[in-house]
Amino acid sequence: MQDGIRLVTPQLIKSAMPVEIPEHSVGLVTPRSVTFNAPLLLECGRTLPAYTLAYECYGALNAARSNAILLCHALSGDHHAAGYHGPEERKPGWWDHLVGPGKAIDTSLFFVVCANLVGSCKGSTGPASINPETGTPWGLDFPMVTVRDWVQTQAQLADHLGIDCWAAVVGGSLGGMQVMQWAMDLPHRLRHAVVIAAAPRLTAQNIAFNEVARQAIMTDPDFHGGRYYAQDTKPRRGLSLARMIGHITYLSDDAMRKKFGRDTRGGKAFSFGFDVDFEVESYLRHQGSSFVERFDANSYLYITKALDYFDPAAAYEGNLAAAFAPATAQFLVISFTSDWRFSPARSREIVQALYTRNLEVTYAEITSHQGHDSFLLPIPQYVEVLGTYLTRVAAEVGA
Amino acid sequence: MSALRPDLAIIAGWIRPGSRILDLGCGEGDLLAYLRAQHGVSGYGVEIDEARVVAAIRRGVPVIQQDLDGGLRNFGDQSVDTVVLSLTLQASKFPLDLLLEMLRVGREVIVTFPNMGHWHARWQLAVQGRMPVTDALPHAWYDTPNIHLCTIRDFESLCRENGVAVHQRVVLNDQRRQTWLNRLLPNLFGEVALYRCARVTASPLREE
Repeated sequence: MQDGIRLVTPQLIKSAMPVEIPEHSVGLVTPRSVTFNAPLLLECGRTLPAYTLAYECYGALNAARSNAILLCHALSGDHHAAGYHGPEERKPGWWDHLVGPGKAIDTSLFFVVCANLVGSCKGSTGPASINPETGTPWGLDFPMVTVRDWVQTQAQLADHLGIDCWAAVVGGSLGGMQVMQWAMDLPHRLRHAVVIAAAPRLTAQNIAFNEVARQAIMTDPDFHGGRYYAQDTKPRRGLSLARMIGHITYLSDDAMRKKFGRDTRGGKAFSFGFDVDFEVESYLRHQGSSFVERFDANSYLYITKALDYFDPAAAYEGNLAAAFAPATAQFLVISFTSDWRFSPARSREIVQALYTRNLEVTYAEITSHQGHDSFLLPIPQYVEVLGTYLTRVAAEVGA
Repeated sequence: MSALRPDLAIIAGWIRPGSRILDLGCGEGDLLAYLRAQHGVSGYGVEIDEARVVAAIRRGVPVIQQDLDGGLRNFGDQSVDTVVLSLTLQASKFPLDLLLEMLRVGREVIVTFPNMGHWHARWQLAVQGRMPVTDALPHAWYDTPNIHLCTIRDFESLCRENGVAVHQRVVLNDQRRQTWLNRLLPNLFGEVALYRCARVTASPLREE
């Protein structure tokens, strides 16, 4: 559902990138971008006249072009999955724990690609981009994009990079949904599908959380119907609140209790007022306000809607196995015991559908305490399962 | 491919090449790795233990991490040719439920278990007055995962009472071999019993 947010201590937040690049890091990376000028017909029926994708690559493509892995990011993620953009960068890419030479997604074996989603705000075309027809930012005139549309754009990137078939497409949360869609829509273009902490569709509760987040943004007086760019403002309070709500759902009750308990800020006595008393309040406020600086509110609206709409089984009367009929990939499905946003039961639905389809599937249910966020963390069993699986993939594709 | 354990080799011999199987409690995936490579068998292992799941992945065996005590509801009716439960029945919380579930999921089931009727176990209990500890049941009573022990006679009576037809039975001694003694007095000299069963009307027991 999100990325890059860990239970960071204030010291960590302040610390700069080490002078020396850490071992097993992909090191300094330079984001790239490509613009596709052919119109893209979207699932909603509208057409995007042209679009840009921001992306990053790690490792080297082999001569047979068989060792490429596509990473699909989650709600608030981006193309910067690993390494550092420069010495001033405080934190490496959002999946740096897992992506690098000798890591689970081993860049000494694989050529790893990650692209920012269309509709996002980190370099790919989205609602904050300029609408060529009006010369002003799209705002809510930006067409609705879906998981299926994202797969089309990622396939165009694969064409651009000369990759006919991914060794694996890998993603967590919303990224895992993209992986499933890849397997359904373009089965000849991936060998392995790695679906982590995902769900075949959102539950009413999931949608409810997203709707509260959207309402927080849209009812902010600074929202201006999504045209806040022109007003030189943004719906800070709404987006911050949306992020705070989201954050509660990414953590487990257990993780919050362990991290914060009922500790008060600096061990101080109650203020008997409405300023921050508890550590957890301080943490959430920090998460909310820092998110506002790095994410566009309209993008949050668009991407949460794409999450809500995702339901490949809907066209088959709810039969997920039927939706997987075109799929040929081998699957690795991973869930986390403490993830209540996309619980293991949701992953088991995916596994059951793949089993029914007679597709090869491996399923690991990782014991963790960190909730949905677990998929971003270097939990030993998780790293072991993913790394071991991808080592097999590497051998299979001659990486 | 290294040689299979003798009991697994017998199971492998009961599985039709090219069939689809489910190996419950698959461990590190030895049986499936062998059957996939040598007999074009497809299928999945089911395993709860983290380290074994990783070992199975390492061997390229599709493995589903799942607790068998939670049932097999995620596997459809008659969705595989054979369901294997190797030396795990005695460790399950609900052995009968599990057996019946296996018969729902597979057209045929293969069940193997350590025989509590083996003379060595009987000797320890009857003469020494101690809970048996044998090669097949190596744990002390207080830390054993084996909570539902049975004899060959017990298992066959359970099958009879529940409409489970035994199609084939092999009994192995403590060296995992078949001998004339096992054949003559399986419940006394057999340490491990292997059964091929199905839900259909009972056909006569074929002794090997």
